[in-house]
Amino acid sequence: MTELNKLTIAQARDALKAGETTSTALTESCLAAIDAADALNAFVHKTPELALEQAKVADARIAAGDAPALCGIPLGIKDLFCTKGVPSQAASNILEGFKPEYESTVSQNLFDAGAVMLGKLNMDEFAMGSSNETSCYGNAVNPWRRGNDDTALTPGGSSGGSASAVSADLCLGATGTDTGGSIRQPAAFTGITGIKPTYGRCSRWGIIAFASSLDQAGPMTKDVRDAAIMLQAMCSHDPKDSTSVDFPVPDFEAALTGDIRGKTIGIPKEYHLDGMPEEIDQLWTRGKEMLADAGAKVVDISLPHTKYALPAYYVIAPAEASSNLARYDGVRYGHRARLAQGDGITEMYEKTRAEGFGHEVQRRVMVGTYVLSAGFYDAYYNRARKVRALIKKDFDDAFAAGVDAILTPATPSAAFGLGEMTEADPVQMYLNDVFTVTVNLAGLPGISVPAGVDKQGLPLGLQLIGRPWEEGDLLNTAYVLERAAGFVSKPAKWW
Amino acid sequence: MSIDKATAAKVAKLARIKVEEDALPALAEEFNTILGFIEQLNEVDVEGVEPMTSVTPMRLKRREDVVTEGGQQDKILANAPDAREGFFAVPKVVE
Repeated sequence: MTELNKLTIAQARDALKAGETTSTALTESCLAAIDAADALNAFVHKTPELALEQAKVADARIAAGDAPALCGIPLGIKDLFCTKGVPSQAASNILEGFKPEYESTVSQNLFDAGAVMLGKLNMDEFAMGSSNETSCYGNAVNPWRRGNDDTALTPGGSSGGSASAVSADLCLGATGTDTGGSIRQPAAFTGITGIKPTYGRCSRWGIIAFASSLDQAGPMTKDVRDAAIMLQAMCSHDPKDSTSVDFPVPDFEAALTGDIRGKTIGIPKEYHLDGMPEEIDQLWTRGKEMLADAGAKVVDISLPHTKYALPAYYVIAPAEASSNLARYDGVRYGHRARLAQGDGITEMYEKTRAEGFGHEVQRRVMVGTYVLSAGFYDAYYNRARKVRALIKKDFDDAFAAGVDAILTPATPSAAFGLGEMTEADPVQMYLNDVFTVTVNLAGLPGISVPAGVDKQGLPLGLQLIGRPWEEGDLLNTAYVLERAAGFVSKPAKWW
Repeated sequence: MSIDKATAAKVAKLARIKVEEDALPALAEEFNTILGFIEQLNEVDVEGVEPMTSVTPMRLKRREDVVTEGGQQDKILANAPDAREGFFAVPKVVE
């Protein structure tokens, strides 16, 4: 058998069931890999005692013939998820020392399914970023490199630690969250699979909020089958999240038939960008061919408001963030600034928030404050919400015309070097999400599948966008793409 | 629309984030870059379009207005930077 930490979730599940290994052995293998990978800075709070305890319980359940879907599977959890008694600080200094007294619904669902938590994963502060460079823990590092060049590359963001950990086989799968592309872009940058389900599929309860109308949790895994298995366990109706839907969760793994004959795949012309690397255009063309070869009908479509998705997002997301992050006031949890003689409560708020929030978070909170302020609410916030309605209508129209899924590139480039964007203005960094952000605005499911490498040897992903609540169908199309692309490359170990 | 130093200071105040005087010009500059990007939204014809409130057309569920998980004062105060005698403690609020 290969090293246990390199197994997929499905392989480990089958090996556990067959009695070929134990959860304790799997967990120990991952813990050793984590300890040897500090250079990646993916795991920022390790929980080995908890993991081994959970593994022991899982082994007992397996022995007793009572093994739920993820029984004994070691996973990493993004730092955005509140995990009971374990530091959960959204990679922000303002939540330093915060140990939740409760468990997020998604992580509880995973534990109920028998999963083992190895620790908490690095991310951009409050999930605001596309390169994991805004984290209070420092940068997470991509296990991939450009050939023999040892420049440290970004694993993407905001779920950069999750992407790095799964790509480097430090865990079998990880949770991510996606507000504008934060699962799909890092998945593409690290050669793994990541799906953001339809808004409302996963409960947001206990996930530290960034932009509540856009945030969704999802799995980041080594392949599409694992994404189906893990997503299944994460989804549920939760009365504690009023936007969580009360729909049955279908069997996503059973949807992986590999048959997409007769399906219609839309190719949106607006996703052709000037100046996009030729390799990404070529990969997109190959993706179309693969789906056509599998019997799908590929059609050109138009999503006319695509261009306005990023500007609308950069009104709506900061507006919601400014409201959500108002709770970090130095009173109930986390950091409180040291006060000077005579300082009152306003100085406490202002100093605490200046010390606790990093630069990008401060900027977004203030932009959000501005667009919501008297006199600008209609001009910015309401206009953005109207444009958002038009963006969603573009997708509704495409689906009404018979399109089952939409194929696009996942990102406009391969992973870039850490620090390379430091001098760029903030808008340049925002462009990373140009292909993914539309999906959040429309609340749709989207998946990134690794489909090839560029000439420097870095992974590139393709994105499929599905109809609302049709994650099973979407995963099946992704499964066909995955098999046709045959992406099997792994980063050469240097860490 | 261009943001000047005074507007940047006002926004920082509204957001309750202390920004030093000498950092204001750079902050105003960043706001202008971002707002310049957002200005593109003015090109869109939004006549007669309702602002989106929810991506999924759904009626929010209702529940009885009753205490569900009360009696957890210790847990609620457990993470407070300063808690005393069952309360969150803060600096003087009223002069």
